[in-house]
Amino acid sequence: MEHQPPPWSVSGSSQSPRSPSSQPYLHVSVIDPVKLGNGVQAYISYRVITKTNLPEYHGPEKIVIRRYSDFVWLHECLFEKYKGIFIPPLPEKNAVEKFRFTAEFIEMRRLALDIFLNRVASHHKLRQSEDLRTFLQVDEAVMERLRAHETGIFKKPVELMQIFKDVQSKVSNVVLGKEKPVEESNSEYEKLKHYVFELENHLAEAQKHAYRLVKRHRELGKSLSDFGKAMKLLGSCEGDSLGRAFSELGAKSDLVSVRLQKEAQQLLMNFEEPLKDYVLAVQSIKATIAERANAFRQHCELSETVKLKEINLEKLKLIHSDKMREAEDEYKEVKEASEKATRRYETMVRLMKEEIIQFQEHKTLDMGVAFHNFADGQARLANNMADGWRGLLAKLEA
Amino acid sequence: MMGAENKGHDHEEAHLYASKEEMESLVLDKHPLSGNSNGNSNFFSSYRSAMSSSLPDSHHPLSPSAASAITTDSDPLLSPPPYPELHGPSSHDNSYIKPPNYADFIFTPFDGEDNKGLESPSPSSANSPTSFSRSSSSNSEYIRITVSNPQKEQETTNSIVPGGNTYFTYLITTRTNIPEFGAAEFSVRRRFRDVVTLSDRLAESYRGFFIPPRPDKNVVESQVMQKQEFVEQRRVALEKYLRRLSEHPMIKKSDELKVFLQIQGKLPLPTSTDVASRMLDGAVKLPKQLLGDGTVVPHEVVQPAKGGRDLLRLFKELKQSMVNDWSGSRPPVVEEDKEFLEKKDKMHDLEQQLSSSSQQAESLVKAQQDMGETMGELGLAFIKLTKFENEEAVFNSQRARALDMKNFATAAVKASRFYRELNLHTVKHLDTLHGYLGLMLSVHSAFTDRSSALLTVQTLLTELASLQMRSEKLEAASSKVFGGDKTRIRKMEELKETMRVTEDAKSVAIREYERIKENNRTELERLDKERHTDFLSMLKGFVASQVGYAEKIANVWGRVAEETSGYVKESI
Repeated sequence: MEHQPPPWSVSGSSQSPRSPSSQPYLHVSVIDPVKLGNGVQAYISYRVITKTNLPEYHGPEKIVIRRYSDFVWLHECLFEKYKGIFIPPLPEKNAVEKFRFTAEFIEMRRLALDIFLNRVASHHKLRQSEDLRTFLQVDEAVMERLRAHETGIFKKPVELMQIFKDVQSKVSNVVLGKEKPVEESNSEYEKLKHYVFELENHLAEAQKHAYRLVKRHRELGKSLSDFGKAMKLLGSCEGDSLGRAFSELGAKSDLVSVRLQKEAQQLLMNFEEPLKDYVLAVQSIKATIAERANAFRQHCELSETVKLKEINLEKLKLIHSDKMREAEDEYKEVKEASEKATRRYETMVRLMKEEIIQFQEHKTLDMGVAFHNFADGQARLANNMADGWRGLLAKLEA
Repeated sequence: MMGAENKGHDHEEAHLYASKEEMESLVLDKHPLSGNSNGNSNFFSSYRSAMSSSLPDSHHPLSPSAASAITTDSDPLLSPPPYPELHGPSSHDNSYIKPPNYADFIFTPFDGEDNKGLESPSPSSANSPTSFSRSSSSNSEYIRITVSNPQKEQETTNSIVPGGNTYFTYLITTRTNIPEFGAAEFSVRRRFRDVVTLSDRLAESYRGFFIPPRPDKNVVESQVMQKQEFVEQRRVALEKYLRRLSEHPMIKKSDELKVFLQIQGKLPLPTSTDVASRMLDGAVKLPKQLLGDGTVVPHEVVQPAKGGRDLLRLFKELKQSMVNDWSGSRPPVVEEDKEFLEKKDKMHDLEQQLSSSSQQAESLVKAQQDMGETMGELGLAFIKLTKFENEEAVFNSQRARALDMKNFATAAVKASRFYRELNLHTVKHLDTLHGYLGLMLSVHSAFTDRSSALLTVQTLLTELASLQMRSEKLEAASSKVFGGDKTRIRKMEELKETMRVTEDAKSVAIREYERIKENNRTELERLDKERHTDFLSMLKGFVASQVGYAEKIANVWGRVAEETSGYVKESI
């Protein structure tokens, strides 16, 4: 089994080595990315390993092959069936990057998918999902059929995302009071919505700068390397000791440059990715907010309809109409639907309350790790550089 | 050396802690940053402008001398932490540059003794790199030139255009203990035209020497740039130029420079070589009378033909150079000095490498600058997040996160500041490359002086040879006529006279050529020696500042890493 680097998400670990094997456990991991296909059709397949003692699963260990669109399928199923829960975000589709399948990109995606799956597997509600079991166990042929079939209903993932976004924006218009609202008048919830929207903006900006910082590391590395080369050449014009000094400088610049490039990659993986993940998580919350608004609207509308039907029924009862039976059936139907809608809405409210608490706690942990990794990386980089240059300085002063 | 280094580090440590209060001075003022985006963008743009310019006069809201230290010991979970407040741009401090002073002290232990050259690295008083690293020769000679106080003045002579021409003059102040100047401190007002004159006169008097190139006339820029900016740019360039002149061992003692620096009123140097170049004539001496010196100093100068208005001479020398280039025959005297030719090639190589190094140095400086900027922007983004989370906090997890963000952001801003300070040092040190690249121009003209002097010699020799031939022909012809021919005899006498004069000129020209050769040689030696010293200082300085700032940055992040280490242990 391939060595996996520790995920940058603390909240995404279904592994808990301390739990004795008698306790129910569900361990998942995504490994072994392999590029398949050619050109436009190229894609990456991953191995998904499940280790469990849960009875719903066929056996203690199962390995299946999955691709990104399978994960998207799972994500959509969960989103449909678990309203009120913030579904863990998937890494972005990013069709352009696909053509530049660098080793780093592949690894980052694998890691992100691993974290996604682990978060699902460790969520007390989501882990019970039947779709999850399907995802973890069926063979590829079945998966492919499912993917195609569901794709029919949900349409292609890209378009689905677009629909989500449309719904999102439509609802956010409603939610933000741009259209005539059928809205909850709950100040605490208002505050939350405002917080979520603002937070996304702030985080997006931070992520932008984090990405730029990665680039700066690369640029500094490159210019230092070029500088070193030029100095070496300059040194060859000078004689003996000075020439040596220049060439030492050139050599050292090269080393430092390499170190900078390494740090750039580390920064990308351990800081920029978590920040991106944070942004995506917030977007997931926004999607849930939109769903809740829908649920609320349904609940309101159906409640209204029930009242109307009731009044109508009463009228019909009074005049002993033969339409009464029909009306009564209808009324019962609508009442049931309304109760369902109300229950759905109330469940969502309840779930969201819990989810928010979890979200905040997880994010504090995740960011704490991210900050630590950033600081640790920068400190190590700076120390390496200081040591390198110091050695050179000693030589120069000699 | 090791001792000095250690002491330097201790010193730095002490300074680091002493100025910790100064450094931890991020204070978010509620007022300008409160909710509205206007406040945000204003603040952001002023910070941006501070970030993007490295000049000390920019407003810098994160000035280290602002505000107080943060108490970090309050339990963040019990009460919202007192988050840092950032002073608005109004409390900027022009002494943004101050912190590097102690760094400067530490990072230049090798030239610490030469205090007269050492001063804080403010770009406004652009120090020539050479004055930094080399103590000026073994004796305690000292000359310090400052250019300041540009003033607009009216052209008085040109009465054709009413309201006339305006030009700027600059106050040039000299402090020196060199006895030849006769005073310790004096000032004059000069305009740029005077500097051009000075430079031209020096070029004539000091042929073969590596004379620092004067600042460009910048005709286009003077029209296009803002007046103030242009004048300031010119002032800086003038100062640099005059300082370089005053460091050249021969030029600092020159009459031309003395006159320029001391004589009040109109500059008494001839503005053009109106000394019409005589036909291969010879010596022109600088009017020493001006300086009260009655005697003529044997400072013979043979003016290059190109400078003068001697068309005939120009023609002859041109003909000679063509003969040199195109005919198969070797000219009578050639550049034989192998050592010189080798040196020349070396100079050519050096120039190429200097040029590319200079370019790469610029890129490096830019990359360092960008790094600092982006790091700062990242820090700022998190400061905003901190404020946001604190304001909107419902859960303690949010408050804890806000605290983490604050620490992170503080460190990022500090690191950003360090990068930018480092860059100031880097600029200062790598400026040596630019300086020597500029000097290559003077090397070129010194070599050109040599080759034109050689050409003069060759021309004269050719001339002599042809005169000789004519004289022989004439003699042969006249010997056939018995008793001689009056006209022929007269001609022969004239010819003999011309030959004598030409012979004299030839001697002068050869002497001049040898003189220039010797000047070239001594200058090359001087250049090599000084370049060695300067480059070594540059390397040491560059590396030392890299070490110093890397250590500081490591410290800052090390602390954050420690503070957040709990998170990593938890996750395992």
